[in-house]
Amino acid sequence: MRRRPPGGRASPWVLRGLRDGVVTTRWPGRPDGYSDAWRGPAVLTAPLPAGAAGDLAGICPTGAIRPGPDGVVRLDRGRCILCGRCAERRPAEFGWSRGSAAAVVSREALVVPVTAETERSVGQVRAALRARTAALRRSVHVRHVDAGSDGSEEQEIAALLNPVYDVHRLGIFFTASPRHADVLLVTGAGAHGMAEPLRRTWEGMPDPKVVIAVGTDACGGGLLADSYATSGGIGSVIDVDVWLPGSPPPPFAILHALLLAIGRLPGGSGYGSGERAGGMAQ
Amino acid sequence: MRSAGPAAAGGRALAGAAGLAAELAARIGAGARFAGLMAARREDRLLLSAHLAVPGGMETVEVALPSGAASYPALTPAVGAAFWYERQIHDLFGVVPAGHPRLEPLILPAHGEAAPRPWPGPGAAGPEPGGIWPDEHSLPRRVMGAGLFTIPHGPVRSGVTESVEYLIETPGEDIPHLNMRVFYKHRGVEKRFEGMTAGDGVLLAERAEGVASVAHALAFCHAIERIAGVTVPRPAALVRVLHAELERIAAHLDAGARLAEAAGLAVATARLAAHKERVLRLAGQMCGSRFGRGVVVPGGVAALPRLGPAEVRAQAGALEQAVSADARALMGTASFLDRLRDTGPLRPERAREHGALGPVGRASGFADDARLARPYDGYLALRAGEPAVEASGDALARLRVRWHEVGQSFRLVGQAAGELARLPAGPVRVTCPAGDGRAVGWAEAPAGEVLYDVRMTGGVIERCWPRSPSFHNLVLLHEVFAGDILTDFPFIEASFGLSAAGVAL
Repeated sequence: MRRRPPGGRASPWVLRGLRDGVVTTRWPGRPDGYSDAWRGPAVLTAPLPAGAAGDLAGICPTGAIRPGPDGVVRLDRGRCILCGRCAERRPAEFGWSRGSAAAVVSREALVVPVTAETERSVGQVRAALRARTAALRRSVHVRHVDAGSDGSEEQEIAALLNPVYDVHRLGIFFTASPRHADVLLVTGAGAHGMAEPLRRTWEGMPDPKVVIAVGTDACGGGLLADSYATSGGIGSVIDVDVWLPGSPPPPFAILHALLLAIGRLPGGSGYGSGERAGGMAQ
Repeated sequence: MRSAGPAAAGGRALAGAAGLAAELAARIGAGARFAGLMAARREDRLLLSAHLAVPGGMETVEVALPSGAASYPALTPAVGAAFWYERQIHDLFGVVPAGHPRLEPLILPAHGEAAPRPWPGPGAAGPEPGGIWPDEHSLPRRVMGAGLFTIPHGPVRSGVTESVEYLIETPGEDIPHLNMRVFYKHRGVEKRFEGMTAGDGVLLAERAEGVASVAHALAFCHAIERIAGVTVPRPAALVRVLHAELERIAAHLDAGARLAEAAGLAVATARLAAHKERVLRLAGQMCGSRFGRGVVVPGGVAALPRLGPAEVRAQAGALEQAVSADARALMGTASFLDRLRDTGPLRPERAREHGALGPVGRASGFADDARLARPYDGYLALRAGEPAVEASGDALARLRVRWHEVGQSFRLVGQAAGELARLPAGPVRVTCPAGDGRAVGWAEAPAGEVLYDVRMTGGVIERCWPRSPSFHNLVLLHEVFAGDILTDFPFIEASFGLSAAGVAL
């Protein structure tokens, strides 16, 4: 074991820190290939044939493909755990989404094809969110609460602080106290044990505040949606503003959701990227 | 799945629970390792099964409680390592281990609004059904005296952490006693397995403990494959090794980064975190998931990596050089080592007695690595070298073990990729017939052995018991605060490298 000589010299870490140059992404100012490459939650690539409910039942392990009250079979991307089974068995109708722009501002907008009603309302929802968060646009403090995750979402959120993503460059900081927090990132399927701590954290935050459901478990419960110990997502525990599916969503997708929440993304549609959520397949 | 020796998953029935305790104590005294205790309802009886790790496989010793029994003599007084397991079984089934030293709720808090237990006990003789809504106002205390107070640390803590609560009883600086409440994020995973097909079950296993997705999927599939009596094709066995070892490297880098962060070494934290990002990206390039999800399926793997073996090898080689240089620098930083040395020591006798898993056990001289002692998949032929073993049992020893294992993992990745390149093209999975039966599967996760006990009936899972290394090891945190103070806490927690998701499941 090498000991530092008495009298001291410059810590080796000063030079080590300069070793690899700048590894930090320029996204969102400049495009980043890794951000565009994420194979995200399933999308519809063709309209589902009428009366397909019977054939499609049982394909999805979380029951994300099912008929709505109007009889139209829809895909709930908020329940997609990215197993790829639909794309494998019905490649004509299902595919993977590409890119990190997976977050949306309403739960209904994750259910594709979106209804005409959601289509109309979602732009307004985003405009209202933008107006509410105007004061947070330059710098924002973020608090995270785990409400029953599998532990992977925490890793991806924590990755935002590594030199590759380095969200400090965008004025985004993590804070220990809910009193200092503007944004609440919530992971997990809404475990009953965390309902009260989650509510109290949310109540402790000053207004204006934004809640982001990070991951499929937080959006719709994922495989644990029907468990005796969860609420099937956090939506029934606190009000959610931004919904981000993914199992887990990678750091770029979480960063995208954060920027969407504080109104720092270009484009005015209700969807994260200005694209229609149902038409992102490649 | 190759059979891992004649001892694999043998079962023995005993006359009564008292006989079980005596048998277990004798077997553990003779060198077997207590690997877990689970319960299952079989018709109107409760079946208690204890798993013992022996060289070459797992042995199961079990006893069926009499019909309608609401209690049985506790095993914990004779087998200390059963302490949390009996509390877990009490929470889930309502059966009382009579004579248990501290039968408090562990994963289902029994206060507040009543909710049924997932597997309710046999009627009137059983205890009150527990709720799963915690009582915020009850703060258990163990140490009494003037000036002593409890710091409730959690479940919402600073930083991006999983939800778990540490109750630190302290006179101000020392930590004479630490208590834990892990139930906050209980998700009901164990019950959720029931009725699933093996193909769906592996998806849930991957999400039982996200930082060990591959290891959980492997242990689950090993059980399924043992029931079906199939052996995975050679390429699949190697692809499994690639992903399992990348997962280990990422987890160990994460533990290193957290330790560096606790010591305030900003550059070391940043560099180790950046290396971890590169490892996750490599896994993502290979299979589409940064956590290796969707790779392991019953009977093999879903597909060959999208990255050629030569490319995997080249990337892993470059990563190894970068990681080892920073690890060397970290282990030469005196101010960092001073914080880890003698911090959070786990005595070797306790490690052996408890059967401490993974780096925690190996840092205290207890070397039981499933990859070597009960090899599976590609590990049957690959050469990882001697297990990393340290004697001092402190946080520094645990970190040394991790760096040693990171080196081994890179070597295994290189070997597996090299062999994969030489193999002729062939299938990567065999069909896994959904036969009835019960088997135990295991795999070595970054934090230690993952164990799955699966019973299939009529093509679906009747009962599945996942046991993560986090559950087995976390209870040892009670014992490692001898002489340590509040500022040592983040070092000790990070040096254990556990995930709360795997504890409360």
